[in-house]
Amino acid sequence: MADELTWKDLEVGNIIKEAGNASFRETGDWRTEKPILDKEKCVKCALCWIYCPDAAIKPSEEGYYESDLYYCKGCGICASICPERAITMIAEEEK
Amino acid sequence: MKAQAVKFGEKLVPTKEFLAEGHSFCIGCGEALALRLACKALGKDVIIANATGCIEICTSPLPFTSWRVPWIHTLFENTAAVISGVEAGLKTLTKKNKRPVRDIKCVAIAGDGGTSDIGIQALSGAFERNHEFLYICFDNEAYMNTGVQRSSATPYGASTTTAPAGKFSIGQITRKKNMVAIAAAHDIPYVATACPSYRFDLMKKVRKGAEVKGPAYVHILSPCPTGWRYSTELTVKIGQLAVQTGIFPLYEIENGRYRLNADPPKLKPIEEYLKLQGRYRHLTGEQIERIQEMVNEDYAKLKKKVAASPM
Ligand SMILES: Cc1ncc(C[n+]2csc(CCOP(=O)(O)OP(=O)(O)O)c2C)c(N)n1
Ligand code: SF4
Ligand SMILES: [Mg+2]
Repeated sequence: MADELTWKDLEVGNIIKEAGNASFRETGDWRTEKPILDKEKCVKCALCWIYCPDAAIKPSEEGYYESDLYYCKGCGICASICPERAITMIAEEEK
Repeated sequence: MKAQAVKFGEKLVPTKEFLAEGHSFCIGCGEALALRLACKALGKDVIIANATGCIEICTSPLPFTSWRVPWIHTLFENTAAVISGVEAGLKTLTKKNKRPVRDIKCVAIAGDGGTSDIGIQALSGAFERNHEFLYICFDNEAYMNTGVQRSSATPYGASTTTAPAGKFSIGQITRKKNMVAIAAAHDIPYVATACPSYRFDLMKKVRKGAEVKGPAYVHILSPCPTGWRYSTELTVKIGQLAVQTGIFPLYEIENGRYRLNADPPKLKPIEEYLKLQGRYRHLTGEQIERIQEMVNEDYAKLKKKVAASPM
């Protein structure tokens, strides 16, 4: 992760060679709560997808929208705006 | 193959994220959401000049970047000047047949501090010189990146670290600077307000602003859970309430013609918006009443302009 890098790891001129390489950064470890999707209730409206500030919700093969926990910071916007209440936030420790 | 777009009725929104995941905006940040939607509306053929602030800091933690489109970090003072130079340069290259004939949009983005305080002179100059560019102000109503200092866009009655509420002060004692009216006073072809809670409206306005011939200005209210002190899941709801109470109306000014994009038959009481936010927690009933009067006044003024606009 970023904090293990030193100046020696930087490119000359501080250039970054890959556009969008921030996607290597794991922001999921900020989370204290995570979203759980109830597929029975989901109507695939994609509201959670469009309102995610972290672009952490991705369309899945079966047409659902599922959080990528590598990025999800756990804000709970998805759970609060879901018209079907198909998403619940649960504390990280709980399984 | 992965889907290229998500369908909302007739509307298609690209799945491609031009602003990469892994950025460091706070949890539930409304500015991040507004920026993500704006980037989807702009697409890949764009050059962005970005003043310092949360957007710049959170998208470019060296050696990482969230940007998948060309992006220039500017100072506070010169964002509009930098994009003016980019636009003039592209024009010259086109004249000399030195670039692919492709429409590349020039877009400047900055916070409310970077716009209504520090960058306003360069912005006014760029409007006046009639550069073909879109300027987007992401207004979270204070200097958030450095710890919630008041700006001229902070609303009356809000508490900030440099204008804290207390025994002798309500917090912000001045009224929010009307940056939208200042932009409109330049008689540019397109000026609009937007809010990420109204996702399609926001994307439509950003696209319009980027496509219009001449300068355009879009002012986006960007709820900030950290600075406004509300619970992170409320970002979308707070944006909706800002519009429904009339404290932040959604409107466009196209070639001088005003149009309201959402005009609820009855505005909700301003208290519903204020009471969710810690920055307003100190307000007394009387003070809330005063803010309600201000909202009514401003809304009536706007409706007059709408009514006076030719259909
Ligand atoms: C000339 C100058 N003064 C001060 C700073 C420190 N500074 C960096 S970000 C920031 C806050 C920016 O506020 P705003 O433009 O509203 O954007 P926000 O962070 O709220 O999105 C400040 C004061 C700076 N970088 N340059
Ligand atoms: S301080 Fe506010 S605007 Fe800045 S990243 Fe945090 S939530 Fe977003
Ligand atoms: Mg700000």
